[in-house]
Amino acid sequence: MSAVAAEASTGRYETIRIADPVARPTKIAAKEVYVHYGAKEALHHVSIDIPAQAVTAFIGPSGCGKSTFLRCFNRMNDTIENCRVDGVLDMEGEDLNDHSLDVVLLRARVGMVFQKPNPFPKSIFENIAYGPRIHGVAQDKAHLQEIVETSLKKAGLWEEVKDRLNEPGTGLSGGQQQRLCIARAIAVSPEVILMDEPCSALDPIATAKVEELIGELRQNYTIIIVTHSMSQAQRVSQRTAYFHLGYLVEEGPTESIFNNPQEKRTKDYITGVFG
Amino acid sequence: MNTLIVIAVILIVLSLVYQWGASTSRSVARSAGVKMHSRPVYYGLLLVLWCAIPAAVVYVLYSLFAPTIINSMILSYLPADVAGDPQARVSAMSRIQNLASGFGALGDVPDYERQAARALTSLRWTANLAIVALVAVVGVLGTLFARSRIGPEYRARNRVEWAIKALLITCSAIAILTTVGIVLSVLSEALRFFTFVNPIDFFFGTVWNPRFSSTGSGGQGDFGLLPLLWGTIMITIIAMLVAVPVGLMAAIYLSEYAGAKFRFISKPLLEVLAGIPTIVYGFFALVTVGPFFSGIGAALGLDVQATSAFTAGIVMGIMIIPFVSSLSDDIISQVPQTMRDGSYGLGATRSETIRKVILPAALPGIVGAFLLAVSRAVGETMIVVLAAGNSPVLTANPFEAVSTVTVTIVNQLTGDTDFASPQSLVAFALGLTLFVITLCLNVVAIYIVKKYREQYE
Ligand SMILES: Nc1ncnc2c1ncn2[C@@H]1O[C@H](COP(=O)(O)OP(=O)(O)OP(=O)(O)O)[C@@H](O)[C@H]1O
Ligand SMILES: [Mg+2]
Repeated sequence: MSAVAAEASTGRYETIRIADPVARPTKIAAKEVYVHYGAKEALHHVSIDIPAQAVTAFIGPSGCGKSTFLRCFNRMNDTIENCRVDGVLDMEGEDLNDHSLDVVLLRARVGMVFQKPNPFPKSIFENIAYGPRIHGVAQDKAHLQEIVETSLKKAGLWEEVKDRLNEPGTGLSGGQQQRLCIARAIAVSPEVILMDEPCSALDPIATAKVEELIGELRQNYTIIIVTHSMSQAQRVSQRTAYFHLGYLVEEGPTESIFNNPQEKRTKDYITGVFG
Repeated sequence: MNTLIVIAVILIVLSLVYQWGASTSRSVARSAGVKMHSRPVYYGLLLVLWCAIPAAVVYVLYSLFAPTIINSMILSYLPADVAGDPQARVSAMSRIQNLASGFGALGDVPDYERQAARALTSLRWTANLAIVALVAVVGVLGTLFARSRIGPEYRARNRVEWAIKALLITCSAIAILTTVGIVLSVLSEALRFFTFVNPIDFFFGTVWNPRFSSTGSGGQGDFGLLPLLWGTIMITIIAMLVAVPVGLMAAIYLSEYAGAKFRFISKPLLEVLAGIPTIVYGFFALVTVGPFFSGIGAALGLDVQATSAFTAGIVMGIMIIPFVSSLSDDIISQVPQTMRDGSYGLGATRSETIRKVILPAALPGIVGAFLLAVSRAVGETMIVVLAAGNSPVLTANPFEAVSTVTVTIVNQLTGDTDFASPQSLVAFALGLTLFVITLCLNVVAIYIVKKYREQYE
């Protein structure tokens, strides 16, 4: 029975899932996640396994709920007044959506990089040191300096800013600011990094640098990236999930989604007929 | 009634002129078979402008100069002895004016006054006729001139735009020029004061004891600014000690913690609070707060006066709270949401985000808001008039009565005043001092706020 037929008969859309050729361990398993903004259901029963040490791309037309879903993983939806998340997000046996969970600790484990680079109006050093400071990670000043240095190195920004650590972070170029924000997220040693259209405000060269960085970070972190660029999804991700009007339509290995989409809506979107 | 009719007539004429301009442009376009540069509206408006502005200028010139001219003509009716004596001349002229206007005059009316009044009546009558005719002619000429220029190439739209700009410039010039005028007049009076009192004695004097001008003899009294300035500063400090913490925390609660509904209700409420007339606060200070504090003081065995720097400062602080919180709330809300997201995304709690990201980012703006609040406190009058006790002494004890610059200005200018005496003129010197202080505060505040705005463009 085709997916469309199933939807017609049960009133419920079943996601098409294609397994990876090489099995990967699952980092987070989302089960039946619903999100409401007030009375409006923005996300309908989304279930997906996010593989560890890999990049998962969320794609789909504007307003389909990619950011909404991404924000479930570090509970940023809690900061939106009328937003309600239901369902289970199982990260290695722990439910991220459990309301007794300490979101402060969760956000140290699941970091986030935003669409627009948003360095704090502080020095470059203070920007990176912000997270370690509030979580009390650093034992002393030397340790803090070490964390700042390694984070900047991991983000590929060290060489560019090592002589100007005391200058304001807002004085960097857009691409540098975005890598600063990535370094800031890395500094609290998260396990998962969420990126919501991290390159949409950057030029092609800065974009290439960030993409290269994502490729390196994948070795140590689980990464979820929302992007509107088909080519970027193909370049950086191993798995891709296609969202449409609040439904997860199709998910599978990036290659198979782009070369052999099962659903018409997915196919229309990636070939540019739609959206 | 009469004025209403005149206005109605003018409006009717102008709307006819407008119609004429608009229809002319249409017919020109039709007969020439071309497209006009501007829409008919603009040709109509332009005709109206050409009709009204020159006529208005003529009328304004008339009203500026006509009274003087007419008066000088009437002057010839007065006998030489009356015309020669300024005081007699002024009173005779005003009697004549009253007679001519039909109000009559007290006592005996000499013959020459009656004649002059008759002449004045007829002069006014002719002058009025003449000006109506002149205005009509100028209006018609202006209209005809503009009408003759209507053509496809004529850029009526741009001209109207230009006229609107000129109007706006005139209005802002009026606003600026009045301010300059006020400052200049205060300045000149203050300078007159300094011919009586040495500026050094004024600015650095520690004794304030202006004797009344009527007592006359024996020196002028002491005009030392410092006791008053100190009173102002002390009350301002107390007020800010109340207003800044409370106002700022209220602003933080409103912008960071409160729900949309609470915010929606309380923000306008705060602004209403800021609009309560200060005399009401003064009353409150005098009747309720002052006795309350002195009661507490008595219970503790302290000598607290009911009207004191403390009472005035506390109440003024309460008055300024909404001002501070409203301004700070605006500034805190301007810190971009992405800043908060970035901080929350790193696992910071709400108060950490406020302390470490939002307040530092908003600090310059908040400081600007504080300076504006200070300049309000410095210039505040009614509360201190009622609640500060009006005792111009240099004291460090906030529980004693003090006086401020504003209160003293009120004192020096109420009652019988002789504007040639230093006792009254000192008010201008005080006003000027106050003006300079608040001006400096405002300039610094505006500069800081502006600088802060640029940060997030
Ligand atoms: N704060 C909010 N309040 C109410 N509705 C919201 C809110 N944020 C998002 N929505 C709604 O939820 C739906 C999904 O929005 P979301 O921002 O997740 O889309 P998106 O896929 O990220 O779109 P884009 O590609 O444009 O970023 C949209 O219909 C949007 O209108
Ligand atoms: Mg989005």
